[in-house]
Amino acid sequence: MTNATEYQHPLMAAYWKQLDTRFPQVEEVFDDVMAEALAVLTREGIDAYLEAGRVIGKLGRGVEPMLAFMEEWPSTAKVVGESALPAVMALIQRMQKSPNGKAITPFLQTLAPVARRLQSQELLQHYLDITLDFMERTTGSIHGHHTTFPSPGLPEFLAQAPALLNQLTLAGLKSWVEYGIRNYRTHPERQKDYFSLQSADARAVLQRERHGTLLVDVERKLDLYLRGLWQDSDHLVPYSTAFDELRKPIPYYDKLGIRLPDVFDDAGEISGIDRYRAVLAHIVGHRRWSEAQVADNWSPFQRMAVEFFEDCRIETLLIREYPGLRTLFLALHPKPVQDACDPETTSCLRHRMAMLSRALLDPDHSYTDAALKDFVARFHAVMAEGESSTQEIAALALSYVAKTRRQSDQFAKVHFDDTVVDYRDDNRQLWKFIEAGDEEEAFDEKRKIEPGEEIRGLPPRHYPEWDYASQTYRPDWASVYEALHASGNAADIDRLLAKHGALAKRLKKMLDLLKPQDKVRIRYQEEGSELDLDVAIRSLIDFKGGATPDPRINMSHRTDGRDIAVMLLLDLSESLNEKAAGSDQTILELSQEAVSLLAWAIEKLGDPFAIAGFHSNTRHDVRYLHIKGYGEHFNDDVKARLAAMEAGYSTRMGAAMRHAAHYLGARPADKKLMLILTDGRPSDVDAHDERLLIEDARQAVKELDRDKIFTYCISLDPKADEYVGDIFGRQFTVIDHVERLPEKLPALFMALTK
Amino acid sequence: MIENEVSVEANVSEANVKQSGRNYKDQYKVEQEPFYQQQKNEVALYEAAYRNRLPVMVKGPTGCGKSRFVEYMAWKLGKPLITVACNEDMTASDLVGRYLLEANGTRWLDGPLTTAARIGAICYLDEIVEARQDTTVVIHPLTDHRRTLPLDKKGELIHAHPDFQLVISYNPGYQTLMKDLKQSTKQRFTAFDFDYPDAALEAQIVAKETGMDEAVAAQLVKIGGVARSLKGHGLDEGISTRLLVYAATLIKDGVDPRDACRMALVRPITDDADIRETLDHAIDATFS
Repeated sequence: MTNATEYQHPLMAAYWKQLDTRFPQVEEVFDDVMAEALAVLTREGIDAYLEAGRVIGKLGRGVEPMLAFMEEWPSTAKVVGESALPAVMALIQRMQKSPNGKAITPFLQTLAPVARRLQSQELLQHYLDITLDFMERTTGSIHGHHTTFPSPGLPEFLAQAPALLNQLTLAGLKSWVEYGIRNYRTHPERQKDYFSLQSADARAVLQRERHGTLLVDVERKLDLYLRGLWQDSDHLVPYSTAFDELRKPIPYYDKLGIRLPDVFDDAGEISGIDRYRAVLAHIVGHRRWSEAQVADNWSPFQRMAVEFFEDCRIETLLIREYPGLRTLFLALHPKPVQDACDPETTSCLRHRMAMLSRALLDPDHSYTDAALKDFVARFHAVMAEGESSTQEIAALALSYVAKTRRQSDQFAKVHFDDTVVDYRDDNRQLWKFIEAGDEEEAFDEKRKIEPGEEIRGLPPRHYPEWDYASQTYRPDWASVYEALHASGNAADIDRLLAKHGALAKRLKKMLDLLKPQDKVRIRYQEEGSELDLDVAIRSLIDFKGGATPDPRINMSHRTDGRDIAVMLLLDLSESLNEKAAGSDQTILELSQEAVSLLAWAIEKLGDPFAIAGFHSNTRHDVRYLHIKGYGEHFNDDVKARLAAMEAGYSTRMGAAMRHAAHYLGARPADKKLMLILTDGRPSDVDAHDERLLIEDARQAVKELDRDKIFTYCISLDPKADEYVGDIFGRQFTVIDHVERLPEKLPALFMALTK
Repeated sequence: MIENEVSVEANVSEANVKQSGRNYKDQYKVEQEPFYQQQKNEVALYEAAYRNRLPVMVKGPTGCGKSRFVEYMAWKLGKPLITVACNEDMTASDLVGRYLLEANGTRWLDGPLTTAARIGAICYLDEIVEARQDTTVVIHPLTDHRRTLPLDKKGELIHAHPDFQLVISYNPGYQTLMKDLKQSTKQRFTAFDFDYPDAALEAQIVAKETGMDEAVAAQLVKIGGVARSLKGHGLDEGISTRLLVYAATLIKDGVDPRDACRMALVRPITDDADIRETLDHAIDATFS
């Protein structure tokens, strides 16, 4: 419609007039979009469509939004119904009125793919609601009166929406968006990164919200499956399916393990875990029965045929082993329709092979092709004789290719529908090449493993952090770096212990009174706490029978062995440098004395214990300093580290507790006790919400409790009552007179473990 | 009061025997031929051991047919069999015998081991390691050339009947380091090492034992094999032949094979959800 004289239809002209626009780009496509619209929309729908197009054209945002709308709406309306238009227009109006007008174009551009994913008007409405909510919450404002800055993440989000909905349910999308808004509302650049899926946590949260069966969740089951059913085992290595839109990876195995997708959605009746099992069974089949063939002399078509035949051979053998697998394989195997591919215009080789593959596995197939039936019979004849071999089946495959070859197989247009068997691996192990690099695929080339960089210190461990507002974990949020604490002069600690000599003596008495817990029965006692009935009757019989009775007819109990592992976690934050009220010592010095005494006392008791300190400087740098390990005695090395204790930075308690629990949890003891000595509330410079780290610490306590670790807090903050109960429940003590800490701490420990 | 069924059951009192009107030796006779499928040449070897009255030890995992073998041998040799299931509260007097209190004094009561030595039976101590170590040493004098049993309380020395033989069994698999036989005990026995039979033979056994179709029995054995290869990965023991027989019995009774397998093979052996699911899947994969 480049020339006004070419108007063929008065109706078209009327529509064009109705649209009332002069954009030449719209004019170019008008015929095509109207043809589609007329096919899909009702009369009223056409009117509404043109009216909406007119309105969008008049928004003053150039041709793009209008063009996007004209092109996208008919296919959107086809999926969700044309009655969704008012809601869409309402959102566009809202965007137009806010500073977010620029987001209209990406919104309209992705509307059709989004609608295709959602499939219903109701769900589309939810999507619109999420978008609106997002827009309103991330649009900047000054003094809350006027919206001024456009939402930085909105255009990015709208551009990603189809990809996101591909992997997430709407609920998942909502919580993913929610997470982004909550954490990056005040960081425009990071918000952009998050919503364009650039940042690591955007991907991590996405992974968490995905639908389907995650490999990590079923790894053990699959491992048991391999061992139990197939007497095989290997590393299961996930590869990501989330971010590779173009090149979809296929399962495979190599020396390093079996590579599987990180997530499998249910496929109809078949659950995700059964799809994993199907992949594993198939790979096991190759490992058991396939031999690598020299590929150089075969064409790609021949190789493809050999792969299909070989896959069917091993699956037949697998089914022989476990007949139930046939149901599983057939449910996952596509069912190509016999005449779906037109050999005049399209390359049908894949289609033929997929049909054959189906027919080889499915005794009830309905294909009528004579060559196909002939080869199915020949295949079964070969298999009836035993396991056959890759070589023998390859010969059969080659003759099938030769027999059914068509000129059109060479065509560039290939029929792909229903030909991909997604539980099969990529068969890279089936081939060996004499010449390297002759082929178009170059994935076999050997890569040199670069020598790793020299590692300084341990790599950080990442721990999640609890976000109480959304009741979810922020994945891998805090990075904990651990190191050995610096050393000082061990004699200082000895001096401190000497200073508290009198206290130590009193403690020693208390220690002697501490009764270990395991009860052991001591039999054959002349005097004891209970009568041992067995022995008593035997003695009575002896007595009546005239023999000398055994007088040792009592028994008593002895308690034996304490089985407690202790972890003492010290808060080494800046505030420890303050002077304690009513004392000329700093809290740090008092803690040092108290910890030394406690360490001495526990050493006397013989319980395994460790001491570690922590402080943090934002979530990226939580430091965890080992002062004493479980394997060490309270010797000069440990004392030297204690003597060098210094205070600085902040208190990110949750991460430190999780890390300490990682060590304490690995102890074999019956009872595990974590003592936390702190002087203030959990806080950090990057946490603006003061509840956040308190709630996180509380969550950490719950986690530890679940792992059977008893946490107990000794707080030196006189105002601790406001929050410490929230974190530790009733498992805490507030020590008001800090100067009495050295005597309180060991006493408290003994009271706890009595 | 220490009392268990065994010592009551093995009570060899003259009065009892007269009341029952039956030779007390006969009550221990194995009347009917128990079904036993020989795995190798163990029957002939046992017969040789018995000819020379050598004590025998049978080792092997639970439910692989140890007790059945002993029962079968007793039947084949035509000797009475006295079985004692050992437990950790068992004392030496539970084996040997004890005085009982009566209104006017005491009365001696033979234990099962004493009975066997008197009447010339095969005495089978099942799961011997479960008994305390001080208990197991009382069998020592019976197991070497002396073949005597001193009853120190009673002041009697029993010379074992020429037909008497001692057989013990134990399962080396699940016992801890604490529960092992002393070398001095072990070295008094000749030993058979039992294991689950190979798949074909086990299928035959299950089929014969229950009268089940051999194809189905083979499928059951296959599931058993799955569990056995998971041993050490969350399972302490695989599925025993005994459980396979249970499953076959249920199927024979008309229970759906999948349900029967879940009930007889999977649920008894594990509480681990992952293993349960894997075995359930194996059942589904086996019965198409």
